[in-house]
Amino acid sequence: MNFDYFLTFLVFSPLLGVLVLSFIPNTKESVIKTVGFLATLPALLLSLVAFFQYRAGVSLEELSENVRWVQFADPDTLGNLFSINYELGVDGLSLIMIVLTAILSTLAAVASMYIKKEWKGYFMLFLLLEVGMLGVFAAENLILFFIFFEITLIPTFFLIGKWGYFEKEKAAFSFLIYNGLGSAVLLIVIMVLFARTGTSNINALASILAADSQNLVFSSGTKMGLLIAMLIAFGVKLPIFPLHSWMVRVHVQAPPSVVMLHAGILLKIGAYGIIRFGMGIFPEQFQDIAVLIAVLGVVNLLYGAFLALIQKDFKMVLAYSSISHMGIVLIGLGAMNEAGIQGAIFQVVSHGLIAALLFFLVGVFYERLETSNIKNLGGLAKGMPITAGFLLAGAMASLGMPGMSGFVSEFMAFLGLFKELPILAAVGALGIILTAVYLLRAVLGITYGKAHREFAGVTDIRNKEWVPALVLLGIIVLIGVYPSVLSDPLTSTIETIIFKIGG
Amino acid sequence: MDLETLLSYKWSIMTPEFIILGVATLLTLLDLFMPKSVNRKVLGWIGLTGILAAIASLISLLGHGPESILYDTFRLDSFAKAFKLLLLIGAAFVMLLAISYEPKEGITEYRGEFYYLFLAALLGAMMMSSSGDLITLFVGLELLSISSYILAGIRKKNLQSNEASMKYVINGGISTAITLFGMSYVYGITGTTNLLDMARSLLALTDIQHIYLMGLALFMILVGLSFKLATAPFHMWAPDVYQGAPTPVTAFLSVVSKTAGFIIIVRIMMVVFFNTPSSYIPNSMPLLIKVQDYIAFLAAATMIIGNVIALRQKNIKRLFAYSSIAQAGYLLVVLASMSVFMFDTLWFYLGAYLFMNLGAFAIIQLITQKTGSEDISQFAGLYRRAPILAIAMAIFILSLAGIPGTAGFIGKLNIFMGALAVEPAHYVLVSIMIATTVVSYFYYFGVMVQMFFRPAAEQEKIKLPIGLGIVIGVCAFATILFGVAPSIAFDFLHENFNSFSDFFQ
Repeated sequence: MNFDYFLTFLVFSPLLGVLVLSFIPNTKESVIKTVGFLATLPALLLSLVAFFQYRAGVSLEELSENVRWVQFADPDTLGNLFSINYELGVDGLSLIMIVLTAILSTLAAVASMYIKKEWKGYFMLFLLLEVGMLGVFAAENLILFFIFFEITLIPTFFLIGKWGYFEKEKAAFSFLIYNGLGSAVLLIVIMVLFARTGTSNINALASILAADSQNLVFSSGTKMGLLIAMLIAFGVKLPIFPLHSWMVRVHVQAPPSVVMLHAGILLKIGAYGIIRFGMGIFPEQFQDIAVLIAVLGVVNLLYGAFLALIQKDFKMVLAYSSISHMGIVLIGLGAMNEAGIQGAIFQVVSHGLIAALLFFLVGVFYERLETSNIKNLGGLAKGMPITAGFLLAGAMASLGMPGMSGFVSEFMAFLGLFKELPILAAVGALGIILTAVYLLRAVLGITYGKAHREFAGVTDIRNKEWVPALVLLGIIVLIGVYPSVLSDPLTSTIETIIFKIGG
Repeated sequence: MDLETLLSYKWSIMTPEFIILGVATLLTLLDLFMPKSVNRKVLGWIGLTGILAAIASLISLLGHGPESILYDTFRLDSFAKAFKLLLLIGAAFVMLLAISYEPKEGITEYRGEFYYLFLAALLGAMMMSSSGDLITLFVGLELLSISSYILAGIRKKNLQSNEASMKYVINGGISTAITLFGMSYVYGITGTTNLLDMARSLLALTDIQHIYLMGLALFMILVGLSFKLATAPFHMWAPDVYQGAPTPVTAFLSVVSKTAGFIIIVRIMMVVFFNTPSSYIPNSMPLLIKVQDYIAFLAAATMIIGNVIALRQKNIKRLFAYSSIAQAGYLLVVLASMSVFMFDTLWFYLGAYLFMNLGAFAIIQLITQKTGSEDISQFAGLYRRAPILAIAMAIFILSLAGIPGTAGFIGKLNIFMGALAVEPAHYVLVSIMIATTVVSYFYYFGVMVQMFFRPAAEQEKIKLPIGLGIVIGVCAFATILFGVAPSIAFDFLHENFNSFSDFFQ
């Protein structure tokens, strides 16, 4: 993997697909779908190569790239200050996120078989979205991060607004405005950091602020303000209660393949941002508000779980379940110790996979039955036994059954929090029980509930549909039984964070 | 003055102006003597050639140090060169729009006038960017304004065009009078019209009464020029004029004329009022810094008013009028923050704005002229009818909204940086700018929704005239290029203009 511009090629490889697609006529459905799928493969391949080499002990630093991009100030007077470099690089955490993105993108490309119209535009936007997501995790400086972050915004807006269900445009605008505001707040934080220090490199900023114990560069109030602004920005994305309403709408209205990516990756950018920038740049201040984060986490967990309990639509159950599960990420981060942070990152990955699996299954039966109402789906096990089986497995993973990835992450996050704030953790643990209740209620209602319809002529999962279901479930179980596949690459990242917060 | 002194001046630094003047004269004569039956479009192409020649001659002058002739009334410093480049490029695009402009009625008999009035207005703007004297500055401003008044009403049988022209001439007249009144105070106190001489004598100002008068002068000049920039609270004329004027004229007003407004405001403000003390104590803060907060307030008000009222617009030209008011607000942030990057930022943003706004206007012209209606719903289904046009429009709109990957984003980034890098940092102003930018997503994406989500009323393909095709293609390319590789522009700036350090020489 020692060739130059490895990461650049990884991040931008989906653009090759866009290029090829632009020469294919609009009407050739199967060609377009194949090209769209193939275009996600180079990124998948390269990210896996990097992942296995890293596990084999190759240093990730040689992947870093750094090219001068734009210099705002006159170099004669201010030297290198106020210049933005094109800097890509990865560490254990971002590498895992990149692998996750690449896997889910490929699977979502398979799941895009349900798209009914204008495949060409769809896949172009889809691939652009993948570039944005990969770039977010590979960016080494804040402005570059922001650019990729915004690049994900526009394709998602169109993917929801054009290929979604009944209230798609409303959902798209709600997505755009909430996330637009979120990134506006983020941009303020980034620009304040950049304008006051002259650099936007994450590591440089972290060391400038670490050296600034006298509060000369920023007053301590400003630092806290910046951190809270950053939490709001990523809180919209994650989403943290009460900034979540857009996300429910998107999960219900967007096409399944887009929701797979949205729930699987886009929400996780919020968590990634909090870990990388919140904890990475402002470790001291983060420690001061750790309790608040944990409380927010518990609120998210319980709020999401309670609302998921009363939903009639399975998509709504899953949407609120996502909110609830993101609470566990916050709980882990709020614990501020090794187990907690590890649990949070595990939850990010694990929930990404589980949410993708469940939303894919929603796509599978929605395609055939045109409903996602729990009641109307009753007796699914009769008509589509294999799909129902996968659904049950996904739900088990989601509620944290041992042997699956959900268990590891929840266990570790709560382990962390019990060490620091036992009472809060005890309250939070209620959420886990609720999770089991709402998931079982929904899934059992679907699979074994009273049959409201004939399933005659309805085919079960078949052909290409096997691929996403099997792959996702396989990885979920793999992480569940062999967690070090994730924890090994994360060791050094977590150590760095722990060292910074002095834990 | 004898012939020898006349010839001893270094006239070569005025080459671009001479070219424009010559071509404008030539077009006037041709229009007069050509038979009625000949299509006047050829005059437009001649005008375009003239502008391109002027650009070429300006580029050949880039290497020259700061020089001035005619008793310092005409200066060729970095500032003049940099901004003249923007004016000329903008005018070239506007000329192409004008060549392709074919409304249902009312332009055929005045087509010749149309072209040379553009050149006359351009000449005025160019003189402004090069002037080192209040008199030439004012004459340039008037040349630009009067030509624009006529241009706005060039469709003489069209009611809206007439209304636009009338409103523009009245508002413009008032604003010019106020500006001139303000200038008269400055002249009265300093006894000179030369900007740099003024600056020198103002530095020594100690009489508190005089300082008050200078404050009054600043206020009046700022008010008068705010009309030109169409910034709040003097923006009322813009929507009506933009809507009624022929589309190429609207494009001209929103880009070239606005650039000229910023040029004159920077010339006067930075040279005159930056050197005026704000109190009689020696070495006190410059008057301009003292009023920074008021300018910041105007900027905030302009951004809020422009972006919020744009939300309710159904007419595409009115929408873009409010959008350009908002953009002027962003540019005022640059003036309000007065950082070391001020000139660079202003130049880059005006350049980016030129490409994105003119590109958008080219498409607006094409669509409105085809359907005869300016309602935003005319954009419905554009993606189906003309996918390339829709994608180009999307690029311009994304850039206006400041989405990464486009020149508009880099420009905004640069503005934020300047406003936050100064001491004390303008946190509130930047927050307002970012928040109003998000508000602007609503109406910008409203156009996108029409283009991409709504079905088309008619399926007929759209034919693209060559002039508009060039404008749209070049503007889209430049918008992306300066968004992806902005260093091209910034390196050009650093290499050729040396941080505009010769501005005060």
